[in-house]
Amino acid sequence: MSGRLELWLFVLQRLSAMVLAPLVLIHLVTMIYAVQGGLSAAEILSRTQANAIWPVLYGLFIVAVAIHGAIGLRSILREMTPLRDKGAGAVAVAFCALVLILGYRAVGAIA
Amino acid sequence: MAAAGTEKLLKVDIWRGDDDGYYQSFTVPHETSQTILDVVTYIQRKLDATLSYRFACRVGMCGSCAMTVNGRPRWTCRTHVDSVAEDGYIKIDPLRNFPRVKDLAVDMTVFFDKWRDAKARFVPSEADLDGFAQVDPDSRERKEASAAIECIGCGICYAACDLVSWNPDYLGPAALNRAWTLVNDVRDADPNGHLKAVAGDAGCHACHSQQGCTSHCPKSLSPTASIAGLKRKSFAALLKGAL
Repeated sequence: MSGRLELWLFVLQRLSAMVLAPLVLIHLVTMIYAVQGGLSAAEILSRTQANAIWPVLYGLFIVAVAIHGAIGLRSILREMTPLRDKGAGAVAVAFCALVLILGYRAVGAIA
Repeated sequence: MAAAGTEKLLKVDIWRGDDDGYYQSFTVPHETSQTILDVVTYIQRKLDATLSYRFACRVGMCGSCAMTVNGRPRWTCRTHVDSVAEDGYIKIDPLRNFPRVKDLAVDMTVFFDKWRDAKARFVPSEADLDGFAQVDPDSRERKEASAAIECIGCGICYAACDLVSWNPDYLGPAALNRAWTLVNDVRDADPNGHLKAVAGDAGCHACHSQQGCTSHCPKSLSPTASIAGLKRKSFAALLKGAL
């Protein structure tokens, strides 16, 4: 058991959760509010590109999701599958990288 | 006991053997204020002397008579038949998550080995040699320790914990709860040593806070709260560079 690594992962997961909580709310509320009157993709893009706050918010969102999701996935894999430390860690790192790549492609598209 | 012919009877299924075993059925007269331990003792003394089980004090102090009763871990000496029997039916198994020795007796070695692995023992300091330590009963540390200190080591929390069933290395609620009392003991010379022993994927950070331990603890302790406390304290110690 690597106590310090586990401790850091615990801290990172809690901190990323604190970042995620308000961002998820902002994401949901904004989406529901913005599409009330019916919006086209072009209109959405024109709004996200008009203000730097959206790419910044979603950039932060993706970092928090990648960290939080990967650490949680690692725990689930270790408890529920035959994968142990290294295997679960490798899958978690790959998941984190995938979320970052896909996420930043999406942010690049709306920036 | 009720008059002859009208007495109520209990149907009791008891696990016999080790992992490779079977349920044996018994019929036991129902008594007023009868406990599950009374039922097991009746069977062993009157119906089948080969039944193995463990008990000592019979009054909820020693923590040796825990068994699984109708699917839940319980201290059998303080569990009334009337509170758990389902239409006069009782099913008794050995505790979950422990190696089975025979019938209702389990091997508790691994449970207590984990107390050792969690360094859940008091570390005296030189200062103790100079007399009695002064501990303010209203201090936060004393209150935290007091809330967790009445553990009788019955193993019910360990049997109730899903984490233990998923990760056999997990130290378990009782050992972590004990470590928490020591972290809060101002006389203890090595609080960071306790935190170091319990921080990690087999220690307090593995806990999902499902509270199986807390909901089953016969002493109404909350190992979940103790484990959450260990997480907080180890975080603080990490920031201070003490871990």
